[in-house]
Amino acid sequence: MKFNSALRNLVLVLFSTLLISACSTAKKAKVDTSDDVYTGTETVEYLAKGVPDRVFFATNKSSLTTRSRDTLRKQATFLRKNKDVTVTIEGHADERGTREYNLALGERRANAAKDYLMTYGVSGKRMTVISYGKEKPVNPASTPLAWSQNRRSVTIKTN
Amino acid sequence: MKKIIIILLFFFVSFGNANSLIKVDITRGNLDPLPIAVSPLHIDTKSENLESLKKEKLGESISKIIENNFRGTGLFNPLKKDAFVQKPDIAHIKPRFEDWRLIKAQALVTGKILVKDEKLKVEFRLWDLTASKEMVALSFTTTPSNWRRVAHIISDKIYERLTGETGYFDTRIIYVSETGPKDQRVKKLAIMDQDGNGTKYLTLGNELVLTPRFNPTNQLVTYMSYFKNMPRVYLLDIETGIQEVVGNFPGMTFAPRFSPDGKKIIMSFAKDGNSDIYSMDLETREVEKITDHSAIDTSPSYSPDGKYISFNSDRSGIQQIYVMRSDGTQVKRITFGKGLYGTPVWSPRGDLIAFTKVRKGRFYIGVMRSDGTGERLLTENYYQEAPSWSPNGRVLIFYRETKTDSKGKGFSAKLWSIDITGYNERMIKTETDASDPSWSTLLSK
Repeated sequence: MKFNSALRNLVLVLFSTLLISACSTAKKAKVDTSDDVYTGTETVEYLAKGVPDRVFFATNKSSLTTRSRDTLRKQATFLRKNKDVTVTIEGHADERGTREYNLALGERRANAAKDYLMTYGVSGKRMTVISYGKEKPVNPASTPLAWSQNRRSVTIKTN
Repeated sequence: MKKIIIILLFFFVSFGNANSLIKVDITRGNLDPLPIAVSPLHIDTKSENLESLKKEKLGESISKIIENNFRGTGLFNPLKKDAFVQKPDIAHIKPRFEDWRLIKAQALVTGKILVKDEKLKVEFRLWDLTASKEMVALSFTTTPSNWRRVAHIISDKIYERLTGETGYFDTRIIYVSETGPKDQRVKKLAIMDQDGNGTKYLTLGNELVLTPRFNPTNQLVTYMSYFKNMPRVYLLDIETGIQEVVGNFPGMTFAPRFSPDGKKIIMSFAKDGNSDIYSMDLETREVEKITDHSAIDTSPSYSPDGKYISFNSDRSGIQQIYVMRSDGTQVKRITFGKGLYGTPVWSPRGDLIAFTKVRKGRFYIGVMRSDGTGERLLTENYYQEAPSWSPNGRVLIFYRETKTDSKGKGFSAKLWSIDITGYNERMIKTETDASDPSWSTLLSK
């Protein structure tokens, strides 16, 4: 009897562990955004090992998240080390806004990234900014995930 | 592009009195369109190359264009030709009104074509079948290749006579032609007749082009191009193909539009993350900064008298529509409804502003009075924006994009039009996918 109940407890524990881990994987796949900002790595490329090329934004916003600042500091370190590298910073918007406003918004986002890089010692002369508005989505799907991946600024080496 | 052709208005036979019985009310949605019979224009036997003219069926083609224009308004119901009771040549001289009334027609269009000395002469008459009398009779002489334009001009004259408003058929649409997958779109400037015919491409698609807009005489176009990866506002002469950058701005310029007198271009200039509105005088090259605010100010549009400018700004925190004097003073927010408001465009009549509204993930095209009151939403969809007015201020053209699936498939962009009554929504046929339409003024006035 006693043995039986211990076994049953063990089974229960095992089962609930499985359940929890199933939950956490499901959660992980779903929550690639935090407060409307994409936090995944699916579309990200790298300027160098460990230096992501892009940061993401919330809908209609151009403020940098803690995570974005962290990425940009890595970019700044990389650019300070490689003094001959020049970059273009592209600003992009998702498809859920009017075209002209999105051009302005993309420009604002790219400049938010540029300004941050400048405060970390990268000369403005090494950086050019271009906005594409909603014209160049990285993910063409009409889903909240795709939109969050498209709201971005991307730092691209130009030499 | 061909030179704007000259059409001679030859004679003016008669003009029926204004208190005629048939009258089409276009101020409300017309659920009972006026039945109209458009008889094929007959070919005068005195024409040169009579046999080949008959073979080309020019008279029928012209009547088909007129019918198609009328059908597109939603205000007229062109009747089927197989029910017609009189031969075109006889009807043109004097219709048997009672016979035409039998097929329930209320108005009749007849006409005649004469080709002589390499000139095309087209004569038409509009008959009021209820009052049994002629309402309009006009004739036009032009080169034979202009026959389509003659059909549109005739349509305008008839529309004008029956509705009391100027027409919008002898007009063109400039737009952005789109091909390729959604994440690698190839975009070209394209121009076509209002009914979708005669498409011509003005750029090759090597660089991204956006938001073309006509000047008041329809010979110049201002648009945005990413030529050499420098997004700037350009000016293009349609006849010569010559294009130039507008101004010498050290950064992106976008959202251009002409002033109503055609002398200035108003646009946004983005610098260091901030977009403000500027104008440039095309003759003196003088640049004027009109707004100075840390928020995004864009999509400017002049009132038809040139005294005011409407634009959208996110200075309140979200994108809303504002109106100011054209020197930038007396800025006043005019939209306070729930949602975002953008792309204000002043009606050529001056009374209304058309706009795009975004609310709860849906996009609306609407109109309101220029003080922001009387908002009416005309159409709702997944994505649509950028309304442009017909020259008579009765119809809006805009573009609509479809929602794609989770793999990004199923994308399309098309031009649509809707009456400001909210009725008569139609897709405009284009050779390729299309966006950013801009409607010309009447080519012949």
